[in-house]
Amino acid sequence: MAILQQAKPVIEIRELRRSFQRPSGGELVVLDDVNMTLREGEIVGLLGRSGSGKSTLLRIMAGLVEPTGGAALFQGKQVDGPAAGVAMVFQTFALFPWLTVLQNVRLGLDALNIPEEEARKRALEAIDLIGMDGFESAYPKEISGGMRQRVGFARALVVHPDLLLMDEPFSALDVLTAETLRTDLLDLWSEGRMPIKSILLVTHNIEEAVLMCDRILVFSSNPGRVIAEIPVDIPRPRNRLDTKFRWLVDKIYERMTMPATAQPQTTAPDFAGEGITKVLPRVSTNSIAGLIEAVAGAPYNGRADLPELAEDMRMSTDTLFAIGETVSLLRFGDLAGGDIRLTEAGRRFANEDLNVRKQMFAERLLSNVPLAAHIKRVLDERPQHRAPYARFAEELEDAMSEEWAEQTLRSVINWGRFAEVFAYDENQAMLSLDNPS
Amino acid sequence: MESQIQTISVARRGRLAPSPWDGVALCLVAGSLALIIYGAGQMGGPLANVSAAHISLSPTALPEYALRTTLRMFAALAASLVFTFTYATAAAKSRRAEAVLIPILDVLQSVPVLGFLSFTVTGFMALFPGSALGAECAAIFAIFTAQAWNMAFSFYQSLRTVPLDLDEASRAFRLSPWQRFWRLDVPFAMPALIWNMMMSMSGSWFFIVASEAISVGHTTITLPGIGSYVALAIERRDLTAVGYAVAAMLVVIVAYDQLLFRPLVAWAQKFRSEQTPGPVTGVWLLRVLNRAKLVQLGLAPLQRGLGTVAQAPMNFGWRWGRVPPVRARWLNAVWGGVWWGAWVFVALFGMQALYRELAGHVGWAEILEAFKLGLMTLTRVIVLVALASLVWVPVGVWIGLRPKLAMRMQLIAQILAAFPANLLFPAAVVGILHFQLNPNIWLSPLMILGTQWYILFNVIAGASAFPGDLRDAAENFRVRGRPWWFKVILPGIFPYFVTGGLTATGGSWNASIVAELVVWGHTRLEANGLGSYIAKATATGDYPRVILGVVVMAIFVTLFNRLFWRPLNAYAERRLRMN
Repeated sequence: MAILQQAKPVIEIRELRRSFQRPSGGELVVLDDVNMTLREGEIVGLLGRSGSGKSTLLRIMAGLVEPTGGAALFQGKQVDGPAAGVAMVFQTFALFPWLTVLQNVRLGLDALNIPEEEARKRALEAIDLIGMDGFESAYPKEISGGMRQRVGFARALVVHPDLLLMDEPFSALDVLTAETLRTDLLDLWSEGRMPIKSILLVTHNIEEAVLMCDRILVFSSNPGRVIAEIPVDIPRPRNRLDTKFRWLVDKIYERMTMPATAQPQTTAPDFAGEGITKVLPRVSTNSIAGLIEAVAGAPYNGRADLPELAEDMRMSTDTLFAIGETVSLLRFGDLAGGDIRLTEAGRRFANEDLNVRKQMFAERLLSNVPLAAHIKRVLDERPQHRAPYARFAEELEDAMSEEWAEQTLRSVINWGRFAEVFAYDENQAMLSLDNPS
Repeated sequence: MESQIQTISVARRGRLAPSPWDGVALCLVAGSLALIIYGAGQMGGPLANVSAAHISLSPTALPEYALRTTLRMFAALAASLVFTFTYATAAAKSRRAEAVLIPILDVLQSVPVLGFLSFTVTGFMALFPGSALGAECAAIFAIFTAQAWNMAFSFYQSLRTVPLDLDEASRAFRLSPWQRFWRLDVPFAMPALIWNMMMSMSGSWFFIVASEAISVGHTTITLPGIGSYVALAIERRDLTAVGYAVAAMLVVIVAYDQLLFRPLVAWAQKFRSEQTPGPVTGVWLLRVLNRAKLVQLGLAPLQRGLGTVAQAPMNFGWRWGRVPPVRARWLNAVWGGVWWGAWVFVALFGMQALYRELAGHVGWAEILEAFKLGLMTLTRVIVLVALASLVWVPVGVWIGLRPKLAMRMQLIAQILAAFPANLLFPAAVVGILHFQLNPNIWLSPLMILGTQWYILFNVIAGASAFPGDLRDAAENFRVRGRPWWFKVILPGIFPYFVTGGLTATGGSWNASIVAELVVWGHTRLEANGLGSYIAKATATGDYPRVILGVVVMAIFVTLFNRLFWRPLNAYAERRLRMN
């Protein structure tokens, strides 16, 4: 660690803040008071749930997004647009479908105005390095996802960047392909064969972060902040089954499921509908029931270790967290210490038939989700027992972005429909109490 | 599947032996060049040469006329491309420009093509006194107005939907705007743009007669070409000559389809980001060019040159960066003020000019009359589009659900759409006179002759895209007859039908100017409507009434689109999209 501290900083983030103007006035904070330094020779991971602003932070470093406050310094100079020396690898690969592998790799060199002969030589070298020899004239749609991401890497490496930014580069790949690519990349890195000084990796996959990074910054959501900085001093190559590896993964799970200590409200709740403006995740009632059943059954018997459960159910951490939080919100279970534990109600829910489940779900929905209770109350009070979607959407948009408002409302509508608490007519965008006959 | 797509590639060294295909390709390349040079040389002749007296109805004159007409159409297409690349790019890249340019484009699209002709002829003639070039320009401009708008719209829409990750990649790797334009924007827009170019070429045939045989008030110009040939044939009631013209036109359509558009469409396959439904078959030109190694070698420097231009940074010291926000804010405000001020000035000036033209010539009664005629034409358009839908929707569904047939029919439908329906007008006149029918009713179908194919086109496309598993499900539950039509297939093709219907209505309005007033020798048949109103005013050079007619028609078209098609489209987008 001591050596790292002395290494030259590649990128420094100082009191960075990023917010968006809401249509209704006021601002929505995505990143708040972020400080970090990335030094030469490091791989640093930004780990967080979706909506934690980690991708936004990466784009600020890349000069694609402008910060609202604070500064990003790349090699001591303020980032004010895409800088030479920073290259990016995209989650979706972002290859140009009409350019061949070779032409795609040359993209960045053309912008640097490098003479034809040299550009060709460098591009071929990069393709060779990344193991894509023989595919130079292939078009992206002819090759597999893993191969495409290799091209993405070659395109980033060919410009000889000092900083390589990776935005969830393996998350669009299948498990096996992703693992091969990670290992290849780590080999190139530790052998010093890549012309880069440091790497920043954005991910929501905890194991991936532990496998690849020297340091992990854990982000909270809404607004995104660094809530923990975890050094990974496991020697490379790392083994996923190693005790220390497992222990660290567990510890990070624990940190990420910790109750909202690091999520202070930015605005004081000062109106009657307190709590109705909580953002709800997009989770289907099937997933909720499925998770409860899985935890209730063998081998967990009511208490499950989250990393184990994620592995077992072939689920991404992000999805699992979202479902787990909903289960906990409805008081069917508790999330703590990287574990999920079913409550008494949760155990009962797992054993009941559909009608009883609906009743239980309805009770818990109304008592634990203020927005659901609020909608029910409004519908009860109205003489026709009907209220337009827009009425609630506007109310939510005072406190959150349009997309989040839509997601939250869609979720609560789906839960309400399942629980038969209220009905929704998509054609008229109308909520009502009557069940469709 | 992908590997079957043929592309023009640079010759590989070591295999340079000339092949027989070189002969074929050389003939094609050199022949086209020679024809273009010859045709272009003819354009600058003295003005005295361009009168009806010089047009011959002999079929031997047709090849040259066909060449001249084709060159005009391609000159207009080139102009449309330049317009598209500049106008649409400006609209897509600058919010401020967008706020002005897109509504203008909307209006331009609804102004009848022939409306432009009356105003521009004199201006172009004045540009080149004594030369036929002015008249050529006027004709090319008229064709341009039939081609440019939908191309610009398509390009604008493509630019607005460039995938976010590709946009970020091109910024992160610091492409200059020029490089980005050729690397990202143009390739991404290419498939839709080529499709629209084909549509534009088809659409412009309809106005060839009117734009080559120009007669506005006392100005009468007859440019040598198929259009003038047809005009003369109609004047002399020569049905055989009309037949020759139709044949020549079909030859031209098939020729440019085979030599230009089919290779272009095949080539554009590689610009599609999603997986494509199979390669385009039978592109013999690409095969010939691929096998003609020597010709390829000759073309290679050209290809390289174009590549270098597209890759040149052209940034003139400009770099990706940001203006400090504080300065940007007041600079923005100042530029905003200048920009909007300029447009307010232009608008006021336009209103004043309009008022000056109309005041004293056209009273309120006349305006009311124009609106009444507009309503009559509107009724015709609605009835005809409804009738055409009743016929072509079932036919299109039937064809679209049979993939092999659909592929074959698409080509036929394309030729049908390109076929200028006004060549059939003489037959209609003869028929109406023979059976003594009411022209108010029986001239109407002519309006939709050329545009009904858009409905067929789109319904075929929609039915072919209808998901197989939904069809299987319907079959499995034995949904048949009425429920099948109303619950299964009609909702499925609805978004496509809306696109087709929108295009067909727009086209019918445009066609009404030609279709409501039909001349056959000395016989004139007239239907009451806004189209014949504009046509008559144009013939007598009555500018105030031309303006009035054009403005009223633009209002009708815009309102109809806004109040009818847009809401339908929004509904289809919201509820009936298959994803």
